[in-house]
Amino acid sequence: MNIFKNKLTLTGMIIILVLVGTAIFAPMLVPHNPNEQCLNQALKGPCLEYPCGTDEFGRCIFSRIIFGARISLEIGIAVTAVSAAVGIALGLAAGFYGGAVDEIIMRIVDIFLAFPGLILALVVAGLLGPGILNVMVALALVGWMGYARVVRGTVLAEKEREFIETARSLGANDLYIMFRHLLPNVIAPVIIMASVGIGYAILASAGLSFLGLGAQPPTAVWGSMLSDGKSYLQTAPHLTIFPGLAILITVLAFNFLGDGLRDLLDPRLKRQSVE
Amino acid sequence: MLTYISRRLMMLAIVVLGVTIMTFVLMNVAPGDPAEMVAMARYGLENLTVEQVENIRISEGLDAPVWIQYMHWLAHALKGDLGRSLVTGDPVMQEIMVRAPATLILALASLVVSLLIAIPAGIISAARQNTMLDYLARTGALLGASMPNFWLALLLILLFSVTLGWLPVFGYGEFRHIILPAVTLGTGLAAITTRLTRSSMLEVLEQNYIITARAKGLQEGNIIFHHAFKNAFIPVITIIGLQLGHLLEGTVIVESIFAWPGLGKLLVDSIYARDYAVIQACVLLFAVLFVVINLLVDILYVYIDPRIRYEKKG
Repeated sequence: MNIFKNKLTLTGMIIILVLVGTAIFAPMLVPHNPNEQCLNQALKGPCLEYPCGTDEFGRCIFSRIIFGARISLEIGIAVTAVSAAVGIALGLAAGFYGGAVDEIIMRIVDIFLAFPGLILALVVAGLLGPGILNVMVALALVGWMGYARVVRGTVLAEKEREFIETARSLGANDLYIMFRHLLPNVIAPVIIMASVGIGYAILASAGLSFLGLGAQPPTAVWGSMLSDGKSYLQTAPHLTIFPGLAILITVLAFNFLGDGLRDLLDPRLKRQSVE
Repeated sequence: MLTYISRRLMMLAIVVLGVTIMTFVLMNVAPGDPAEMVAMARYGLENLTVEQVENIRISEGLDAPVWIQYMHWLAHALKGDLGRSLVTGDPVMQEIMVRAPATLILALASLVVSLLIAIPAGIISAARQNTMLDYLARTGALLGASMPNFWLALLLILLFSVTLGWLPVFGYGEFRHIILPAVTLGTGLAAITTRLTRSSMLEVLEQNYIITARAKGLQEGNIIFHHAFKNAFIPVITIIGLQLGHLLEGTVIVESIFAWPGLGKLLVDSIYARDYAVIQACVLLFAVLFVVINLLVDILYVYIDPRIRYEKKG
């Protein structure tokens, strides 16, 4: 842990706090209604009234970005929570029971890992039809394997320790041992993975909505704002620049936090960061 | 080695079965009537009749139960026949074979771009640890890892096509057409490879044989390239292998932006059009490509690093 990393972690945390605040208080923070169209104000560059300019319908881009933060964080957190919960449950079961259970679960993990996740998510979201919920389902479906692997590994190491044997001899049942004694040991690595995971889910969902699979108009989503702006690159590049900046800063913040937490909580995981 | 390869090929079969069955099931639970979509694509929305829709349902075999459709598809796929596009009516296999090279060329070009950036940046960053150059490389790597590639693509178009007018926004066939898509994909990859090259170099530079090399008075440049980099490169190759698979993911969005006529764009277009035969074929091909590339990389390791043996791992 050096100064470079410390500062980045702190920066990441501050940005995330600001983002969460922005998302919660969005209706109070926006200068304009994000969906209000002022066609005579269309495609205006950044000015005092419209800090990030307006889009092709004269909607305030700044306000739309702020409301977009809400959806992005919702997706990021929901997808990560579901992925982590599924991964933890399966990882616990695989590591604890071993044998056939372990073999079956880990082969399923292998199968999922043997296909490019984003493409699978694209196909699933595309076939289920456009919509935020479908995007979340698709991303959660391809996001749980990492958690399962890490949790299984930790459980394999921990379950042979004496305190587990003690618990068992005191009459604790399997579920009690898993959730009360093994689960606390996996929290640190899961938190690290989750903080990076939220950033990744936000990035991936932006990619899917960029392709037109996310929330439908007029809902303000960063990814679809970018794809709308694509047609106006020549005359109004601000349509493209600001929503992209919002995605970049958000993902960056979660990556900073994840990196910092990794160094803080578990130095052994350092090498895996690059994978 | 042979048992290892055959086990991996078994895995390929399971993966292909898994994803294609899943795609099939999804297609059938998804809202929207495929026969209607196809009829709309072929005859247009205005003069669409119920008979046309029903004719298509029968001629394309869309009236059979799901599992029969699947077995039918699988039996044909094993013979190399992936059916016909529901929209254009052309054989899907033919379309795929035209598209696949475009995607592979783009993936390889992106890989080259990423290595040209990442290897020098990683080495310099490690050799000059905690200097301005190091911070610069690390900041760049952090930015690159968080950069949405679709945004980077638009920014590159904005700068090099719209503002400077140096490069075309889209097109295929000439060298200048591949520059922007390859740079878009390559810089994202470079971020990860730079970080790994750096950490791997730092680790190797602490080894005893490096101290020995220093002690016998070798030049620093010689030590870095001949002694350190050769050893530091092995984990880097592992990552490059993993990345090749993820490059395939990246191509989907980037091909769509630059209208690059590859598999990624084909997949996205067929999802919009609900062209089930093409979606299924793309999924199949991506699975095969992904597994085969990873297998080839694993086999390659054995030749690069003689210390690796797959049999013993078991």
